[in-house]
Amino acid sequence: MEIVRPDSVAGVLDALASHPDALVLAGGTDTMVLVNAGALRPEYVISLRHVEDLKAWNARFIGAGVTYARLEESEIAALAELSRTVGSPQIRAAGTLGGNLGTASPAGDALPFLAAVDATIELVSKHGSRTMPWDEFLIGPKQNALEPAEIILGAHLPDDMPWRTAFAKIGVRQAMVISIASVCVTRNEAGETTVALGAVGPTVLRARRAEMMVSAEKDPDEAALDEFQRLVSEESRPITDHRSTAEYRRMAVGVLARRALERCLV
Amino acid sequence: MNVRLIVNGRTINVEVTTPLSLLQVLREELGLLGTKDACEQGECGSCSILLNGDLVCSCLVMAADADDLEVTTVEGIGTDGNLHPLQRAFVEHGAVQCGFCTPGFIVAGVHLLDQNPVPTSGEIREALSGNLCRCTGYGGIERAIQSLVEGT
Repeated sequence: MEIVRPDSVAGVLDALASHPDALVLAGGTDTMVLVNAGALRPEYVISLRHVEDLKAWNARFIGAGVTYARLEESEIAALAELSRTVGSPQIRAAGTLGGNLGTASPAGDALPFLAAVDATIELVSKHGSRTMPWDEFLIGPKQNALEPAEIILGAHLPDDMPWRTAFAKIGVRQAMVISIASVCVTRNEAGETTVALGAVGPTVLRARRAEMMVSAEKDPDEAALDEFQRLVSEESRPITDHRSTAEYRRMAVGVLARRALERCLV
Repeated sequence: MNVRLIVNGRTINVEVTTPLSLLQVLREELGLLGTKDACEQGECGSCSILLNGDLVCSCLVMAADADDLEVTTVEGIGTDGNLHPLQRAFVEHGAVQCGFCTPGFIVAGVHLLDQNPVPTSGEIREALSGNLCRCTGYGGIERAIQSLVEGT
């Protein structure tokens, strides 16, 4: 096995051009599980550990190499909240936003946030960069639009970030769980609301009917919250697997969305 | 390929030819058996180390990717006859049952107290949330850490 550890994006792309089958290694929290199990035997590894460009983070952009330990300090409530729920301190010190995008698991904790704020994902290759909406990037369970010669540069956030944001997830315990269901809700001063659901569909989903219904409510009453919760559950597309049942996920995601919305209304 | 590790302050060169984890190199190549090998999935925390000061699971670090980085294992925290205060507190508070998870908890606990010398009970629990004790001896572990918090 050979490993290269470039210190720039250009260096990564050069290495990738000469070794299209290379394993691109970020925090390792997914990749090394496969390596340890013998399911992945890379001959050529490109480490992103020393690529400072990927660690850039400001109000409008989160580099792919930014760890959850750093994102815990975000001023955006939902981003800080979701980051605190990722794995454990050990996992958050290593795991990166780009890793969530690269793995593209429907349960990736950062993904409902990126979907709820309509983030765009920037990919870069030797031929230049391209930026696409989150839902063109996340195309199926563990499937994304990344081409072999590309890497993920990061996620762009909108100029007009919503006023209030909240994240909630449920699993069998508080730490070290993969979400059974997760949700991110945003609401701006005009009442426009977005709701993104994780782990209840083949990719992260937006509950568009629930959004439309509750965005029209200036000050949602109990009946409106009930209807919002019902619509979220209805719009979820969960499956039964080893973590939970479709029935439980459908119910839980509605409850979580309602709680997250209530936090945005306070 | 040659990998240069700085382990507990000593520079060590190891030859690595596969994508094996830093955990495996520490145990099998360097004989540092304090770092325990259990889940190899980042779930249990028994392989916790400090990598350039960050608390991480050594099973999730590719050894070749740790070239030139500083590694602290439990052996670098205390030694026989010269225990770290947290190790003494573990003894005094009965925070050790079967002992398998203990090195990981010591590393996580020392990291916590370095970052935050006066953690609340909630912060202690949060800082230990990546470490599992199958004997469920969490009460003693939390009390051992609490005993080193100033003013308590």
